[in-house]
Amino acid sequence: MIVELTSEPIDVPRLIAHVNKPSNGGICTFLGVVRDNAEGRPVVKLGYEAYESMAVAQMRAIVQEAMQRWGLDAVALSHRTGELQIGEASVAIAVGAPHRAEAFEACRFIIDTLKTRVPIWKKEFFQDGAVWVEPVSSQPSPQ
Amino acid sequence: MRETKRPPTAEPPAAPAAISVRVLFFASLADLMGDRHRNLDLTAGATVSDALRDLAQGAPDFASRVPHVSFAVNEAFVAADTPLADGDELALIPPVSGG
Repeated sequence: MIVELTSEPIDVPRLIAHVNKPSNGGICTFLGVVRDNAEGRPVVKLGYEAYESMAVAQMRAIVQEAMQRWGLDAVALSHRTGELQIGEASVAIAVGAPHRAEAFEACRFIIDTLKTRVPIWKKEFFQDGAVWVEPVSSQPSPQ
Repeated sequence: MRETKRPPTAEPPAAPAAISVRVLFFASLADLMGDRHRNLDLTAGATVSDALRDLAQGAPDFASRVPHVSFAVNEAFVAADTPLADGDELALIPPVSGG
């Protein structure tokens, strides 16, 4: 299992290599990348801040849940921090599984769950200012 | 059962001891509070809600943000009525936007 926060560009081939096991017949990857606009308003760059120790712990718990639920032996999850330019990957997931269905489902579960409860925040920078993106719908609740 | 008796010279029960917790602010809350952390002295038995009440003093916009904030004590999400202990790390977590 690879679970990490990094201030460097994500090494996607390394994540894929980690899950490319002989027993796996499919690898599903997901990249979240920096879009050049927020609902039409031009975005110059993004910044990501994390409560690092808790974010890594939550990411690990999500990956472990996915591995158990879909019976996987290899998952890699990496999230960027700091400033990112348009087109850079902010998050990368690689899931290896014997068959594709498990790989797709687990990958989808990991990104969807990460967005609801991992303490990481995105700041959108515009030509004339910046805002923290804090959708109330993503407010985590005690488990 | 053996009865334990207070020695006649015993002093009245001590006033509640104080506890100290470290509060962490992130994203828009760090901007609002002008800092990323603060040490808060509270009465023993104080809850997350008590800490929030203290933090709201002198920060007029803080209270209106609280309904949208989640809380973690020592990196685990908790409810607002959770009691705090000396040395706890209380993180105030605005709605998250990773990914």
